[in-house]
Formats: sequence, C-alpha cells, structure tokens
Amino acid sequence: MTDYSKYKSFPVHPSEITPEHVYLNRRAFMKTAAVVGAGVFLAACGTEAASPASPTAPADLTTGSQTDELGDPLNTYEQITNYNNYYEYSLGKEDVAQSSQDLKTSPWDVQVYGLVNKPQTFALEDLLSQFTQEERIYRLRCVEGWSMVIPWMGFPLSALLEAVEPTSDARYVRFETLLDPEQMPKQSSSLWPWPYQEGLRLDEAMNNLTLLATGLYGKPLPPQNGAPIRLVVPWKYGFKSLKAIVKIELVPDEPETFWTTVAPNEYGFYANVNPDVAHPRWSQASERRIGELGRRETMMFNGYGDEVATLYENMDLSVHY
Amino acid sequence: MKRKNKWLEPAGLLRIAAHTLAWGLLAWLVWSFFDDPINPIQATIQRSGYYALVFLVLSLTATPLNTWFGFRPALKVRRTLGLFAFMFAGVHFLTFSVIDYGLDWNLLRGAIFEKPYILLGLTALTILLALAITSFKWWMKSMGKNWQRLHRLVYLAAPLVVIHYSWSIKGDVLRLQGDILEPLAFGLVVVLLLISRLPPIRRTAVGLRNRLALKMIQPKTRSTPPIEKPHP
Repeated sequence: MTDYSKYKSFPVHPSEITPEHVYLNRRAFMKTAAVVGAGVFLAACGTEAASPASPTAPADLTTGSQTDELGDPLNTYEQITNYNNYYEYSLGKEDVAQSSQDLKTSPWDVQVYGLVNKPQTFALEDLLSQFTQEERIYRLRCVEGWSMVIPWMGFPLSALLEAVEPTSDARYVRFETLLDPEQMPKQSSSLWPWPYQEGLRLDEAMNNLTLLATGLYGKPLPPQNGAPIRLVVPWKYGFKSLKAIVKIELVPDEPETFWTTVAPNEYGFYANVNPDVAHPRWSQASERRIGELGRRETMMFNGYGDEVATLYENMDLSVHY
Repeated sequence: MKRKNKWLEPAGLLRIAAHTLAWGLLAWLVWSFFDDPINPIQATIQRSGYYALVFLVLSLTATPLNTWFGFRPALKVRRTLGLFAFMFAGVHFLTFSVIDYGLDWNLLRGAIFEKPYILLGLTALTILLALAITSFKWWMKSMGKNWQRLHRLVYLAAPLVVIHYSWSIKGDVLRLQGDILEPLAFGLVVVLLLISRLPPIRRTAVGLRNRLALKMIQPKTRSTPPIEKPHP
C-alpha cells in the first residue's frame, strides 16, 4: 500500500490514485468520444440522427474522487458547463453553453510544428489513442476572482511535446484557438486580436501538471468548455488555459498572447495565481468558489507551489506577473 | 376648463414609467439572485451597478430636455430618477460589501484601498448618498443657495461612475481594445449631457428655441414666448 500521508502537503498525483472503475472507464470515454465525434459529423451532414450535446448533465458522469487533494468538493457538471468565459461566442458567461453547441469538433486536427524535429499534425482520434487519458482534479482560478474544482480527463502536454522532439532552440510554446468567424461569431469583431493565442515557457509546458484536456467528469469536453481539446494550467489564471486548440508551435521567443495584446499593462505573460500581486485595477487576495457564498483567501500558485515554485526561482513575480 | 387627471399628464406618465422600470428591475434582480444557479453574487453586483448608471444618466437628461426642447415634465421626474440611481448604487455596494465580502474588513480594506477602482465607485456613492439625503423639500429650503451648490456634485459623480465602470470591464478603453463599446457610449453620453449645461451653450440653445417658438407662434398670436429659467 502506498503511504498517502507523505503526500499531505502535495497534491497527490492523480495517476497514482485513479481508481479502477475510472481506469476502466477510459475505454468507455474514448468510445463515447468517437461516437460524439461521429454524431457531430452526421449532424453536419444534415441527418437528425444525432442531437448536439445538451448543457444539462448526462446521467453517467464518473470521477475518481468527490474532492480535490485539499478536500474541497468538486463543482457540479452543471456549474462547470454553464459558466464559461469564451469570448469567441459571447461576453456573457451563462449564454456560452447555448451559443457554442454547434461547434463542429470532428474532424479536428492539431498541428504541432516550429522548432521541433518531428513536426506532425495529429487527428483528435490519434491524440486520444496515442496518449493515455487520465483524470486530473484541478482548481481553476479565474482572474475575475472566482474559482471551481474540475475533474478533467486528458494527458500531459509533456507527452505530446516529447513525441515531436523540440530542438535546443525551442524555449517557448505558442498555442492557438480555432479561427472561424462563421462558427465563432464574436471573432468578426475587430476590437479583439483574434485568434486567441496563449504561450508557456518550455519548462512550464513540460511540467507534469500542465494538461491537454479532452474530457470532463469522464465525458468528452462539451463545446463551451473547450472541445475537443484545451489547455489546463492549474497554477495560472484561467485565461492561460485556452480552448479549442488547433496549433501548437515551438518558438524561440516569448510569444504575444491574446490578453497581453488587449491590455499589456494588466495581463502579464506569466499570469501565475498570486494573492500578493494585484491586478492593476483590483485585488487578487481573495476569491469565491462557485457554489459558496463567502470568499476564500487565494493561494499562491493556486495551491500548486510544491510542483511549480521552482520554475520561478530568482524571478521577481511582481515584475513578471 | 376641465380639470384633467394629473396622472395622465406627461409628468404623471413619466413618473409611472420611472417607478415601473425601477421597481421592475429591482424585483427581477432579486428574483434572479435566487434563481441563478452559478454565480448570483457577481451577476447581482454587475447588474445593479449597471442600473445605477442608467438611472444616473436618465436623471441627467431631465434638465437638458427642458432647457433645449422645452419639455418641462422631465423636471418632475428628475429627483425620482436620481433617487433610483442611488437605490441601485446602494444595492450594488451592499451586495459587494455584505454578501460578497461578508463585511470581512481585512479583505474589504485590500479590495477598496489597494486600487483606485473601487475607491472611485465609493466616492460616487458617497456623493449620491449626500444628494439623496438632501433631496427633500425641507433641505432644499433650509440650505438655500448651498443646496444647488451641493447638488452640482452630480456632475462629478457621473464621470466617476463611468470611469469606475470602464475599469471593471476586460479590455482597455484608452487602447480601444476589448469590451469597451458600452463604457465608451456611456462616457460619450455623459460628456454631451455635461456640455449641454455649460452656460454659453445652454444660453445659445435657449435663445434658438425661443426664436423658433416665436416664429411658430407669430402668424397666429403676438404673445411673447415663455422665458425659461435656467435649471441646474
């Protein structure tokens, strides 16, 4: 038996605790993913055989644990899928669930290129079969001051990067969301620098916590949560974790990001959750967990300091916010 | 002359409209607070703040509607609109401080004083509070000239609220990037409403209107048009 007490101050690595029924559920998960993909494809062909995923909770949600490693309960599927910042669709968080339902997520390719030895375009099915999908229960802290606990399914970004072999010149990773104003209506607005781009330093990208998420509660991601594949960087503000990824590029220099372009003095490249560094306009010292009335004190690195603090040694985080 | 029902006069209708709108919005706000399953506190704060701004702008349109277009009934709802602006600002502040922050002084102190964003809103609220308290006839009489001086502070409160609002959105108004259309629109309207009160501009408007009225009246009667008193 593993002695879990020694992990007390650590988030337990979810791969170590994934119970058997969830493990077995991975097969079911991949099967559902394939079926949903096919359904969307059929719907696109004009048949009525498949209805788009509904924002109400499916009956067979699965998760390996009802809490995160700190003992806080998971947010419900309903909360997670009905409160989404997705400016490609709407500035309102509660209408994204409806307006994003028709996003065509199959076929879907993710192009991985740039400073790599083996550039490759992965079909979504290949990502699902080639990389072991596991459950990761992470806190998500939005820069607006609210947070959730979410049971993602997915695989570490590091596994994908290892497969394409970054060259020694590669120092940053740049990500890009789908650009398709026909499907994502707000992308027609010139007030925003579309497509949504994000970036990580290579060592951040290689950290074991950094996840490419493909599912939620054991089900494929719904469109409003970033289907079919999104980034999840749990120690950074939510806007770093971009949705509907189509491009991953290894680059030599720090890339421009969506929010550093919109307001460079307000949104830094690093965007680490940090209660001591206020947003230029408001304090970041506290947050409200969705479903709770009161506020909680925000944790440094969103509570993942043991895993990631070493990435930022000798860096002044009030300068590199 | 037959005496008309005073509620069917323009001023009465306006007053009914203002009350219906304000109390309807308040009821809807309370109802959706308990109906919204996800983050009712954030939604209530944002919406009550928005309504306060809308009523503040509406109250500022009353005087120019009279001086520029001779629409006197607007003056009859000016105070009502201002009081509703204060009501929603109060709901906004109480939701923020009591429900959201649970009156946790340590958290509140950081939130209010760390950055000017909330401090600006609080300043505007203090102004609206002072104006609301002194909005009754008794104060108007006993304060004399100072009453008008005090109530001119609304010309400061309105821009403060617009800046507070534009700081709450994601994006950058100065760089014209992001979620800026509404803050810019409100800013423009407030600037125009304030400009319309500048004495030379107001005098020009009143002069134009009186000459226009004279022209329209002249063919029939020879009576002089009513001269409008300037209003704050």
